[in-house]
Amino acid sequence: MASKTVTIGSRTGLHARPAAVFVEAARAAGVPVRVGRPGGAQVNAASILAVMGLGVEHADQVVVTSDSQETVDQLAELLARDLDED
Amino acid sequence: MEASARVIRGIPASPGLGVGPLVRLPRRVAPPADEPAPATLEDGLAEVAAALEQVAQGMEARAEGATEAAKAVMRAGALIARDPDLADLVRDRIAEGLGVTSAVAAAADSFAAQLESLGGLMAERAADVRDVRDRAVARLLGQPESGVPRLGWPFVLTADEVSPAEAATLDPALCLAIVTTGGGPTSHTAILAAQLGIPAVVGARGIETAPERVTVAVDGGRGEVEIDPSPARLEQLRTREDARKRALEGFSGRGATKDGHPVPLLANLGALAEAVRLGAWDVEGVGLFRTEFLFMDRDRAPSVGEQEAIYRRLFNGIGGLPVTVRTLDAGSDKPLRFADLGLEDNPALGQRGIRTAGKFGSLLDDQLAALAQAAERTGADVRVMAPMVATEAEAEWFAGRARARGLERVGVMVETPAAALMAGRILRQVDFISIGSNDLAQYTMAADRLRPELAGLLDPWQPAVLQLIGLAAEAAGSTGKPVGLCGEAGGDPALALVLIGLGVTSLSMAPPKIASVRAALASHDLRHCRDLAGAALAAPTPAAAKQAVLDAAAPILAALT
Repeated sequence: MASKTVTIGSRTGLHARPAAVFVEAARAAGVPVRVGRPGGAQVNAASILAVMGLGVEHADQVVVTSDSQETVDQLAELLARDLDED
Repeated sequence: MEASARVIRGIPASPGLGVGPLVRLPRRVAPPADEPAPATLEDGLAEVAAALEQVAQGMEARAEGATEAAKAVMRAGALIARDPDLADLVRDRIAEGLGVTSAVAAAADSFAAQLESLGGLMAERAADVRDVRDRAVARLLGQPESGVPRLGWPFVLTADEVSPAEAATLDPALCLAIVTTGGGPTSHTAILAAQLGIPAVVGARGIETAPERVTVAVDGGRGEVEIDPSPARLEQLRTREDARKRALEGFSGRGATKDGHPVPLLANLGALAEAVRLGAWDVEGVGLFRTEFLFMDRDRAPSVGEQEAIYRRLFNGIGGLPVTVRTLDAGSDKPLRFADLGLEDNPALGQRGIRTAGKFGSLLDDQLAALAQAAERTGADVRVMAPMVATEAEAEWFAGRARARGLERVGVMVETPAAALMAGRILRQVDFISIGSNDLAQYTMAADRLRPELAGLLDPWQPAVLQLIGLAAEAAGSTGKPVGLCGEAGGDPALALVLIGLGVTSLSMAPPKIASVRAALASHDLRHCRDLAGAALAAPTPAAAKQAVLDAAAPILAALT
């Protein structure tokens, strides 16, 4: 099991557009991925409702976990970017 | 005098003139009462999955050829319809014995409630979840999906509120204007309408009784809806709109008089989403950020941490522009469940604004602490002010609380005649004052803001109201401290000239009104504004005051008002 802690780069947090980009990428990964605050509940990264329900803000930290190190790296890199800007 | 068409006044949300037949957004389809459970769990799940997939595909299809903003909403909608956690929750509800539509509604509602409890931007996404719910329920009942009607001819859309997904499917070529009874300038609808260039008026109470297909003229810059105007009146409105557009050409950037006297032009905001999109408007900051939205529909006050996170997003969202935050204005017509002082015979004269501070434990202190922390963490230029102040002692008390938490720039609202008369002494305690012209008119004229038949007395052109504004501004002028105005009065280009002439130093208003005020100011010297203020004060009635100003102002003003 691979996991990585990352700081949210999106200006509005994991909100509409950044959340959608992240969830689409998690679904495309083809392996189960979980995400949550360090020490908090970990939710299904393929669920936009669960991801938005984390209420994650800009500059907050989250942990991404999956069996695939490559998926974890990819998704962590995505979360660190400002997805509102792309 | 010619009988005038009925005019409904709302809040300007997106400028421009739209004229056409009024079409109501179809009512949402609710799950039937006593809906039977499906024959088997698997049957029910298959039925729901098919309906949600149809909804997702429908949204994806609509995203094609839509604007960027609309695409984002549709994409999020499709993701919600295909959400695995939503499907799991629907399964649980069906297993408990609910029928398919009831199960979808219950599952979606619980996610919507969860998002709402987060407050701020996340809370606004609850509307997306409810939109998917309504579409799926309609599909399951074999009815057309709710949403904007596809009529093939141009129309003016009206509804209680337009969901983001509905707003996103609007075709600007066919949707001439939007009028909602609910919303406020806070709503997502207002922002999307402005992006699409569709004129919009929100909070237009009274439009719900207008007959379907009646011709309406919607002026989104003024916030006015005229029902069944005569052809001559329509011609007038169109000429006025053309003239207004021409008059606005060539004015942009910081507000200033013709001779370069700066007048910051600021936005009145009341929701986070507006702040995040403030860049769409040419403004210099936020002159009034109402924090009530944070506290509405809650059973408990939000914690310091929760508030701080929301304020941080607010400050980040407006990208370094100065922002004046008004502390919670509870009471009167804005009751809160967790801060209820019981019914009062005269709520407008009762325990409201600063008067409720200290009655609910740490409510005010928590808010000030959260604002101070958020300001420090973001480095934002933040000022705070208290509502409904009547005495120097109240100003002193508030300033002490705010400064103790590290907030450096502290002010109070001038909404009572008492505060206007005592502005000089109040300014010994605070750094600035901000005139709330709507309440100042109500309390000066002793006329209830909520009584439409008293609108004449509440006119901000009333000489008594102008006198009091002048007194407060003069007192502020002698101290050199800023005196802003954040009521609707500042958005009237003619009145804005008078206010600056009286000594007001900045104006804050609904963002769609700023362009006209900027053009008016840039066309008049400060001295000219002072002469206009003198003419307005000397006039016997509000109508005479406005006419006197129009007569003595530069010709461009007639086109702007």
